[in-house]
Amino acid sequence: MNSLNRVVIFGVTSAIAEQTARQLVQNGASIYCIGRNPDKLNRILADLKVRAGSDQTIAGVSADLTDTHQHLALIEQANEALGGLDAALIAHGTLPDQKACEADVTLTLQEIETNALSVVSLLSLLANQFEAQGKGVIAAISSVAGDRGRQSNYVYGAAKGMVSLFMQGLRNRLASKGVSVVTIKPGFVDSPMTASFDKSGPLWAKPEMVAKGIVNAMQKGKGEVYLPWFWYIVMQIIKHIPEAIFKRLSL
Amino acid sequence: MSQLLSWNRLPQCSPDKIYTLTEHAIPGLAHAPHPLLAYGNGRSYGDVCLNDRGTLLHTCALDRFISFDRTSGVLRCESGVTLQSILQLVVPHGWFLASTPGTQYATIGGALANDVHGKNHHAHGSFGNHVRAFELIRSTGEVLLCRPDQNAEMFRATIAGLGLTGLLSWVEIQLMPVNNPWMWVEAQRFSNLEHFWQLNKEAEQHWPYTVAWIDCLASGNSQGRGILFTGKHAANQTHLPSYKARSKRVPFDPPISLVNRLSLRSFNALYYRQPLKPQGSLCHYAPYFYPLDAIQDWNRIYGHKGFYQYQCVLPPEVASEATAQLLDAIAQSGQGSFLAVLKTFGTQESVGLLSFARPGTTLALDFPNLGNKTLQLFHRLDAIVSEAGGALYPAKDARMPASLFQSGFPNWERFSDFIDPAFSSHFWRRVTL
Ligand SMILES: Cc1cc2nc3c(=O)[nH]c(=O)nc-3n(C[C@H](O)[C@H](O)[C@H](O)COP(=O)(O)OP(=O)(O)OC[C@H]3O[C@@H](n4cnc5c(N)ncnc54)[C@H](O)[C@@H]3O)c2cc1C
Ligand SMILES: NC(=O)c1ccc[n+]([C@@H]2O[C@H](COP(=O)([O-])OP(=O)(O)OC[C@H]3O[C@@H](n4cnc5c(N)ncnc54)[C@H](OP(=O)(O)O)[C@@H]3O)[C@@H](O)[C@H]2O)c1
Repeated sequence: MNSLNRVVIFGVTSAIAEQTARQLVQNGASIYCIGRNPDKLNRILADLKVRAGSDQTIAGVSADLTDTHQHLALIEQANEALGGLDAALIAHGTLPDQKACEADVTLTLQEIETNALSVVSLLSLLANQFEAQGKGVIAAISSVAGDRGRQSNYVYGAAKGMVSLFMQGLRNRLASKGVSVVTIKPGFVDSPMTASFDKSGPLWAKPEMVAKGIVNAMQKGKGEVYLPWFWYIVMQIIKHIPEAIFKRLSL
Repeated sequence: MSQLLSWNRLPQCSPDKIYTLTEHAIPGLAHAPHPLLAYGNGRSYGDVCLNDRGTLLHTCALDRFISFDRTSGVLRCESGVTLQSILQLVVPHGWFLASTPGTQYATIGGALANDVHGKNHHAHGSFGNHVRAFELIRSTGEVLLCRPDQNAEMFRATIAGLGLTGLLSWVEIQLMPVNNPWMWVEAQRFSNLEHFWQLNKEAEQHWPYTVAWIDCLASGNSQGRGILFTGKHAANQTHLPSYKARSKRVPFDPPISLVNRLSLRSFNALYYRQPLKPQGSLCHYAPYFYPLDAIQDWNRIYGHKGFYQYQCVLPPEVASEATAQLLDAIAQSGQGSFLAVLKTFGTQESVGLLSFARPGTTLALDFPNLGNKTLQLFHRLDAIVSEAGGALYPAKDARMPASLFQSGFPNWERFSDFIDPAFSSHFWRRVTL
């Protein structure tokens, strides 16, 4: 079991990350929260402080995570506030408008910057610290969309695919160093990111359910987790459709 | 987009749009067509939380605490926080809601907007009596901080304001101190209404919580027989039982209502004869206050046609006579209710312009929806309530005529001045025709 007493969360204003933070706080953790929207961040900090015991630290700062030059300083601030780190969760992301991306390369690159490059930057810096300390958990929220490119959202899929692959390598590098690298692959989650979707189907999960899976995977130091679990089966099937057939499907 | 219904699934109407709020702001017209109405957790039995046009502003994601002072018991939180979350936070610190309805799945915003009452009304008034402050966001861009002495008129209009005065972003309440999560409860049978009035009067002197279940199908000498449940928060004892929450779920909609004449008669007869512990016993607060919450989705037992709740308040002078008349009419119709509940309200003045709780007696009943037959019974009940000078509870209503609403809530016209120009509900359009 990994200890999750001091956790830094990047993109804490995400619905999934906020629920994860609540569960960690309930388990007694101290949390350093980084979010872009200062108003939302402050509301989350106030809430977590009410939920936390007097011996837990709840602190944070607002930052746009595409500004990678700040990353090292943010990680240092988190270490300072919590007196070291047991775990990190990277949760920020955007769901690009695929059609708009097709018409605008700049937008495509921006989306890749937010969903992949900024994550790679954080992962790299955290990896070096955790490798040196010889323990800890590095988790990031990727997506089932990163398992195979589809016409309806391959910009997002490619970015998430990069995160998954990067983490796979990192996991391989750090496995012998006592560091767990946990790739979270949610399916459809009912969060603000998917506000405009029809959510009547049975495939939709609530952020609090996904959060439970994240905490569990981080504790146990799992490698890749699909949330909810049935997405593992769905994606096995999707991944194994031969490309010659797949390219003709309207997915 | 999934559908949002009320608890009794009546009336069935959908808005043009459901918008899940994430900010303390009213979304722009492009995202949320007018008229607007906030939707908490849909635990109302009717259309105060429904909007058949425009947008329902769902508050489920406004579920954050803002502050909790463990020494003074003052709690401030966003309007979509449920009473359950509040209790989970505050009970371990020795605090409890000073007034609570029979479900902990209601949100604090919904509890305020209906000025809900609990079994301790005679001792502590209703929910609004314990509200210290709230923030109200208006479609005009105004953000009003309301307290009993600040924006006082808007304060009184919004409590029991049925969500029509704007969007509540947060609410601050005063909690009540308790020793532990347990209740001391006693139960006594009464053999008819007369017996009830006598027992109840006495019980109210000694018990902060009182409520009676009545067998609404019993007639003649045993008309109004039932059981009086009394309770108080447990003393500061050291030997407490252990408690494990259990929850069951009604897994699907039965093709027809499981509540019918036969099941009702047997249920009521058995329930009346249940073994009681007159010497009293300890009961955890959850099964005591929220017995129905233990069965998730229990509203499904009435089938897809849904059901009605009929809850009235009768002025003290005529309460006993009018209650008997109502029970007569119900027994005659043969339509009855598992959950016939009788309770007297105290004299503490309600805060809201449209508050339902007022001195007198309240009777609440559930009826399966048998279409016209049920509506005809309500017609007869309305006549009795109206004649008695009583009122029906908007939170539990899906059909009352405009005239009965207007006579029961004489402040309704004054209240109209405080309605946000962009807000309306199915209920409000119906009762102000
Ligand atoms: C099993 C059960 C037992 C009950 N027992 C009792 C009882 O003992 N006493 C009692 O009084 N009631 C009782 N009720 C009724 C229930 O307490 C009320 O209907 C309550 O208001 C429901 O809260 P909600 O959050 O589900 O609100 P909803 O039903 O979703 O909405 C109720 C009203 O609040 C408004 N509203 C909600 N949130 C906001 C907001 N943020 N800003 C502005 N307006 C808002 C809505 O517009 C609507 O007018 C019971 C209900 C059930 C299901
Ligand atoms: N919802 C799903 O169906 C689903 C499925 C699979 C994977 N995921 C992934 O799960 C993660 C969490 O998403 P969610 O569902 O919880 O959605 P969400 O509530 O919309 O959260 C996304 C968060 O990312 C933040 N963010 C975006 N760009 C940022 C930046 N440059 N700097 C800092 N923060 C930034 C946003 O902050 P602002 O509030 O400031 O905009 C927002 O709070 C994302 O990585 C997402 O890709 C979601």
